[in-house]
Amino acid sequence: MEKSKTLFEKVWDSHTVMQREGEPTLLYIDLHLVHEVTSPQAFAGLRLAKRQVRRPDLTFATIDHNIPTTSDERFHIKDQIAAQQIATLRRNCESAGIPLFDVGSGRQGIVHVIGPELGLTQPGMTVVCGDSHTSTHGAFGALAFGIGTSEVEHVLATQCVAQTKPRSMRLTVSGNLPEGTSSKDLVLDIIRRLGTDGGTGFVIEYAGEAIRSLTMEERMTLCNMSIECGARAGMVAPDQTTFTYLHGRPYAPSGNAWTEAVNRWQQLATDESAQFDREVSIDGSRLEPIVTWGTNPGMAAPITGRVARPDEARDASERAAILAALEYMGLQPGMRIEDISLDRVFIGSCTNGRLEDLRAAAKVLRGHKIHASVTALVVPGSESVKHEAEREGLDRVFIEAGAEWREPGCSMCLGMNPDILAPKQRCASTSNRNFEGRQGREGRTHLVSPATAAAAAVAGHFVDVRGWHYKE
Amino acid sequence: MEPFRQHRGTVAPLLRENIDTDQIIPKQHLKSIERTGFGAHLFSGWRFHGDGTPRHDFVLNQEHYRSASILVAGKNFGCGSSREHAAWALSEFGFRAIIAPSYADIFRTNAGNNGLLLIEMEEPLVRRIAEQAQTKPPYELTIDLEAQTITDDFGFSETFAVETFRRHRLLHGLDEIGMTLLREADISRFEERRRTFLQRGT
Ligand code: SF4
Repeated sequence: MEKSKTLFEKVWDSHTVMQREGEPTLLYIDLHLVHEVTSPQAFAGLRLAKRQVRRPDLTFATIDHNIPTTSDERFHIKDQIAAQQIATLRRNCESAGIPLFDVGSGRQGIVHVIGPELGLTQPGMTVVCGDSHTSTHGAFGALAFGIGTSEVEHVLATQCVAQTKPRSMRLTVSGNLPEGTSSKDLVLDIIRRLGTDGGTGFVIEYAGEAIRSLTMEERMTLCNMSIECGARAGMVAPDQTTFTYLHGRPYAPSGNAWTEAVNRWQQLATDESAQFDREVSIDGSRLEPIVTWGTNPGMAAPITGRVARPDEARDASERAAILAALEYMGLQPGMRIEDISLDRVFIGSCTNGRLEDLRAAAKVLRGHKIHASVTALVVPGSESVKHEAEREGLDRVFIEAGAEWREPGCSMCLGMNPDILAPKQRCASTSNRNFEGRQGREGRTHLVSPATAAAAAVAGHFVDVRGWHYKE
Repeated sequence: MEPFRQHRGTVAPLLRENIDTDQIIPKQHLKSIERTGFGAHLFSGWRFHGDGTPRHDFVLNQEHYRSASILVAGKNFGCGSSREHAAWALSEFGFRAIIAPSYADIFRTNAGNNGLLLIEMEEPLVRRIAEQAQTKPPYELTIDLEAQTITDDFGFSETFAVETFRRHRLLHGLDEIGMTLLREADISRFEERRRTFLQRGT
């Protein structure tokens, strides 16, 4: 009988091209996603060495990181260096024969939003991209991870990456997530418990009742932030929810190929007797909305809680980290999370820029007005998300509440385009990183779910969305 | 890639935990299509005031550390974004090696692909090296990758572990793509086996 295996091991083993003692495994890549910021040096390296792109048919590109989000400017970029990066990607794709989902094509968007929505991401695949949030695609039971630019060049040239085999962790979430909480709160809570390096060297498989009842988009949010606890990747075993989501998408198999694919995908689940290197369990039914107060995603507290105090630190280096974070964030030690007031709200990014996220935010905002001291920006994750949201009238809800409704891109998640925080501005953001300066030099970021962000926009400070007064 | 065998250099202490790649090279400097030009912006949020003038309290702006080539840092160095620009910036600034209790995975690979040696040491040892660098600058260390030792001129001597293959590549400055391309036949055989799997819809 064959050895019992985890989902991760099944995908890893079926993509091993070569394994020699003492060397990293040569792993075949089924899907390589490319964007404008981390690829130009890789294409230049290829040209320099007179090498070809081996599988342009397994490579797909889009423009997301530095594209402006106003309807005018996205076609007439003022920032010359950003424009050059985008022009370079277009040229590189054209000469290598790589399909590019360009601005205005109806398919452009954040790379981790469009891969799944086009059906490019499928169960059991290996997926890489020069971007750490590639872990998003693990929601489909794919092994998906971010790589550096030298590795992008390596994949372009060989369709393989050389990787040391990570260890495996199973994170079981029991119960059902309570009303008013979401998978964003869940993943922030997980990072808070594991720490920002608690997952280093591991691939995490999320399992348990709470995970099974998440939608695909919620699973993507969860897997997306796996990298924030240091994990190489996050994965969820494919099930009927996965198949229903994929069926009929442009790049998904169809006809007989669909039936065969589903049969194959059903074999991917972790075998019952398979062993993990580490097991962690969490009771999902006790989850609360979570807000980060510090300068990494692990520095977080429940909405009903307080900002950390230096005297709670376990050791001298944690104490120093808390002090530095409080100073940067301009917060008082031990103050109530609900007493933190805001200048900006950002709803979008590859973590929370999908249709369900926008629906969750709109549900809170409907019939309310955004607080006079807050400006709010809503940025759909892709052209298709934008189109769908407008069909449902969500754009009207945002605009009537007083928010700005923009064109798709990474936007204020990292502010490589004109959407940035001014120094000391405080922002409730549905993105994934609250590092110093991430959303603009000296900007202060609090990571939250779309519902919590929307409620904060109305109240002008953080509030517990579990007690929200929904209108209509 | 420049081979790494032995290196003697000055140590700069930056004993913060979780130094992320957004700090190492902030996003406003990522818009280049070149591999060079990032050293000038290394740690720019910490190194410079908003108006571009240097912050004198930052270690790399202080006389004894300006030409440091060995960085000592806290745990989980290089976490966050996958940007290889972080490794490029560190190398271009002049760093050849980093000593820390642990590193983030993607950064580890990026460093390896740029000839930057990452040394992992127990926290108390890292702390001790940082203290030396702080109290008696310029404090120099000699790193011997062949022997896997770190020594100073005052009798300090420690060995360190490094994966065999990574060490081999660093010692010889080997280009990973060239090495993989030698396996061309294996890759083609693999593709043949998985042909139907790789077929796509429209
Ligand atoms: S939305 Fe943010 S995290 Fe996601 S790919 Fe874009 S910049 Fe990276």
